[in-house]
Amino acid sequence: MHDITIKINGTEHKATVESRLLLVHLIREQLAMTGTHIGCDTTSCGACTVLIDGKSAKSCTILAVQADGKEITTVEGIATAEGLHPIQEGFKENHALQCGFCTPGMMLRAIELLEKNNNPSEDEIRWGISGNLCRCTGYNNIVKAIQYAGAKLRGEETPSTEPEFV
Amino acid sequence: MIPESFGYSAPSSLIDAYALLEQHGDDAKILAGGHSLIPMMKLRFASPTHLIDINKIPNLSYIKEEDGYLKIGAMTREVDLEESEVIRHKYPIFTDASKLIADPQVRNFGTIGGNIAHGDAANDHPAVMLALGAEVVISSAAGDRTVGIDDFFFGFYTTAVQHGEILTEIRIPSLGPRTGSAYHKLERKVGDYATAGVAVVIGLNEDGSCSKVGIGLTNVNPTPIRAARSEQILLGTTMSESDVAQAAQYAAEDCSPSDDLRGSVEFKKDMIRVITKRMINKAIQRTKL
Ligand SMILES: Cc1cc2nc3c(=O)[nH]c(=O)nc-3n(C[C@H](O)[C@H](O)[C@H](O)COP(=O)(O)OP(=O)(O)OC[C@H]3O[C@@H](n4cnc5c(N)ncnc54)[C@H](O)[C@@H]3O)c2cc1C
Ligand code: FES
Ligand code: FES
Repeated sequence: MHDITIKINGTEHKATVESRLLLVHLIREQLAMTGTHIGCDTTSCGACTVLIDGKSAKSCTILAVQADGKEITTVEGIATAEGLHPIQEGFKENHALQCGFCTPGMMLRAIELLEKNNNPSEDEIRWGISGNLCRCTGYNNIVKAIQYAGAKLRGEETPSTEPEFV
Repeated sequence: MIPESFGYSAPSSLIDAYALLEQHGDDAKILAGGHSLIPMMKLRFASPTHLIDINKIPNLSYIKEEDGYLKIGAMTREVDLEESEVIRHKYPIFTDASKLIADPQVRNFGTIGGNIAHGDAANDHPAVMLALGAEVVISSAAGDRTVGIDDFFFGFYTTAVQHGEILTEIRIPSLGPRTGSAYHKLERKVGDYATAGVAVVIGLNEDGSCSKVGIGLTNVNPTPIRAARSEQILLGTTMSESDVAQAAQYAAEDCSPSDDLRGSVEFKKDMIRVITKRMINKAIQRTKL
């Protein structure tokens, strides 16, 4: 067993974990934050994506002990007292979710993408979310949501929202 | 899915890591990016008794040009290769490959050392290394040794890295002027392993004839394979259309893919032929950049 300390969404958590405990299970089961989802459990779907020291990571493929001393951001931590994070607003305004299962992972991945380049082309966005699967939306409105968040982060007027209903 | 129980240590120096390898014996494994090993442990295809996490050891992640080599630290992440200026300008073969390896989250963690040390012919870096004529630095308590890439891959999941050793650096002989490199793989969807992949490095003499050639193939053989006959037939020639076609034909003939969900033997061989031709031409084109 290992004693670890992890900062999640700004709050320090101490836990005693087995080596084989996966980070996603620590977050969901021991710390009871269920916004991070488990879809495939085989590193394919991206539903379990969190940020570890700012880098998007599939938490079903990281051991909890590996995260010792790191800062983690989950979907529960992206809104602030001022309101929704621009990416959340983008998803809301653009109807970028249906069942919502992929959404937390999709948004955390988009946050790192926009952190590196806040004005990505459509191709760069699609490429950037290629590790996140969505079974519902057909992706078009997700792309728009990320473009919306990009504009907001650049301090520009956000594109008028005309979500596609397909 | 949960792996079988195992012990875990995260040493902060190579010396400590060697001692831990010694102490835990044959069933201990190095944990680098973890993106091949942890999935295998979850599926219980691998059940090491102890993991030695080398992520806390400093100075194993770098990309630098030194002493006539491009030196890449074993713990350099795929994303670092993707974003490196030196790589983008002088070694575009890595940029081609990195983009096709898994997806952004996996590339944030997967390391170049792990990609090679895993010894899986489905991985993309082995073919790239064969084409580039890389050398691999393997370190242990006894010191460093350097192994040429042609002597590195032994068999399915086995490489020249012996128990007690750690792969620490990859050395690529610097590509001189008038060299070009390219990689492409056919994949069924983003994040899939190659149906067939081809890495090519071409160097030209001043008169435009071929001074240097390396061709490596991905996932069409039990071990990563060099297309040796294809290289021989190009060397010294002007690489006319028929030379290139013959080289591509040899590559197809000399690989041994297996029949699986990604395609039949015949299909894969033909894809090797097609991609080899395209990558040779792309590498030639890039000699002029
Ligand atoms: C969904 C998914 C898709 C993928 N698609 C591709 C793909 O298309 N192409 C591709 O090439 N790869 C692909 N990969 C594999 C990925 O690139 C891995 O990250 C890589 O193969 C291994 O690197 P790692 O650092 O994660 O190694 P680890 O998983 O940590 O280690 C792999 C093996 O190498 C050993 N090892 C690691 N580092 C060292 C070292 N320095 N010295 C000695 N031994 C060492 C370990 O003990 C282990 O046996 C994919 C992975 C996933 C999860
Ligand atoms: S649950 Fe982790 S990638 Fe699907
Ligand atoms: S909204 Fe249902 S999976 Fe994406």
